[in-house]
Amino acid sequence: MIELQHIVKSYEVGGQPIYALRDTSESIQTGEYVAIVGPSGSGKSTLLNIIGCLLRPSEGSYLFNDEDVSQLDDQALSQLRQHQIGFIFQSFHLVPRLTALGNVALPMVFAGIPASERQRRAQEALGSVGLADRVHHRPNQLSVGQRQRVVIARAIIMQPSLLLADEPTGNLDTHSGQQIMELLESLNAKGLTMIVVTHDSHVARRANRVLVLGDGNIVKRIQGKDMSSGSLPFA
Amino acid sequence: MLFMDLIQFAGGAVWAHRLRSILSLIGIAIGVGAVILLTAIGEGTRYFVLAQFTQFGTNILAINPGKTKTLGIPGILGGTTHKLTLEDADAVSRIPGVEAVVPMAMGMGRVEAEGRGRSVNVFGVTADMPAVWRFTIGQGEFLPGGDLNRATAVAVLGPKMKRELFGDQNPLGEIIRVAGYRFRVIGVMEPKGQILGFDLDDAVYVPVANAMRMFNLDELMEIDVAYQSAKMVDRVLEAVRKILIDRHHGTEDFSITTQAAMLESLDEIMGIVTLAAAGIAAISLVVGALGIVTMMWISVGERVSEIGLLRAMGAQPRQIFLIFIVESVLLSVLGGAFGVFLGLVGAFALTLVLPDLPIFVNELYLMLGLLVAIATGLLSGVAPARRAIHIDPVEALHSD
Repeated sequence: MIELQHIVKSYEVGGQPIYALRDTSESIQTGEYVAIVGPSGSGKSTLLNIIGCLLRPSEGSYLFNDEDVSQLDDQALSQLRQHQIGFIFQSFHLVPRLTALGNVALPMVFAGIPASERQRRAQEALGSVGLADRVHHRPNQLSVGQRQRVVIARAIIMQPSLLLADEPTGNLDTHSGQQIMELLESLNAKGLTMIVVTHDSHVARRANRVLVLGDGNIVKRIQGKDMSSGSLPFA
Repeated sequence: MLFMDLIQFAGGAVWAHRLRSILSLIGIAIGVGAVILLTAIGEGTRYFVLAQFTQFGTNILAINPGKTKTLGIPGILGGTTHKLTLEDADAVSRIPGVEAVVPMAMGMGRVEAEGRGRSVNVFGVTADMPAVWRFTIGQGEFLPGGDLNRATAVAVLGPKMKRELFGDQNPLGEIIRVAGYRFRVIGVMEPKGQILGFDLDDAVYVPVANAMRMFNLDELMEIDVAYQSAKMVDRVLEAVRKILIDRHHGTEDFSITTQAAMLESLDEIMGIVTLAAAGIAAISLVVGALGIVTMMWISVGERVSEIGLLRAMGAQPRQIFLIFIVESVLLSVLGGAFGVFLGLVGAFALTLVLPDLPIFVNELYLMLGLLVAIATGLLSGVAPARRAIHIDPVEALHSD
């Protein structure tokens, strides 16, 4: 599903190139559950943003479902994000003036889906994350755990094939973090490909595979029996 | 994105900051309201002034002694100025196309009857005056026609004059004294009102020959010439000029003013006044627009992370641009509608407080006010909306 080949991302700062990613290659199959770990500044977020089509790589090619998306223009990338990728953020990014229902329906507004269908689908999605009785609450009337459920409902409302989560439990207590991860895993169990960036070794350990980043490169790939043994670096 | 959703989303953002939105749209409201109110006063004044002058008919030209363009000082430099006389009026009346001529002389005199008296304007005119000046006779009849030089001791009273002297009594056939001379009252005019400070109702009308004799005048103050149709104005004007120059031995020592030319320049002046008023009011509209620009600019700054989110979930830059433009237009349209309301209420309130102030609300200016408001919103939204689409979604998502 995801094919990263020799991806480089660099920025010019004061005439000097700063490398966020250097020559990173990786492939991720449909239905996988991958965790990305690594210290701050190791390029985790940059990698996630490139996979999420929010950033274009400076060099290398990125095949998403066999299509080279590193060359697509803004409009095509927007469309790809709209239909294929769901985002989950540490700080939720809910629109404070909209209800849970309004927030979940928002991606459909920009896709031009009529209001009645939006209503029905958003209600369904909120039901599926266990918030059927909270649809008319605004974000500030919800607990942080409930807010992250709204975010998940919003992320899956367009039926994407890929779910990207940036520190999904970062703002949650252990208990609601646990619940959120169970919810995400149930989505993965239904076939949704999932990539999670995290600092939490408990979270990372639940994935099928862990990519360890260091200084703009994948320095270690952990999977299978290695997952349970020993500690995870930087996590 | 559906249009209704766009309106709803933008409206939600406007509503979320109600107080701020209202404050910024008040600027537009005051601007539009001021444009409407000031143009209403301007237009009203224009109609009022034009009505004042057209009440004497439009197919008229006036001949006055003296040439405003010449710089001669008669007497000292030996230049001769010819008087404007009854004979001149008689000659003008014979020009083809001229319907009627009113030679006019005027003085101030004390009018007395039944032991009461007051000083008023005494107009010396002729039988054609009611037709040329569009006066109507209320009671009795007007001055007799015939030879302009013939003095007849008859007088017609303005309605106010009649009321002051005779109250409810019938004045017809009564004898009054005008500047010491005896006159018999033969008629009373219908009310006409004031023009340029002359109260035409508080006046006495006598034959022009009597007036010249009474006030010891050797020339007319004005000759008013009524012609048959507007098309003739140039021909009649030329003929009058030619005949008078002939009669005055080749000098053009008189001025001719046509009512049409006067109305035209008056209309022009009043139009400029209205435009100037609208222009001054438009300045407040510009200030209002700046208010919206500021408010929208701040709004974009506050919603950076929201913009990042919308971009992440697939909103096109074009859609983001539209959202902020629509928000801005929404503010200005609400402001404009409120401004129209303010303008109308203001105009209505003015008619209550100052009933004499003429006010005319032109629907065209209402529509124009709204259109300008919409255009203002469009323009005000451009810079903030451009700022919004240039926000990098990755940075935006990390901004809080």
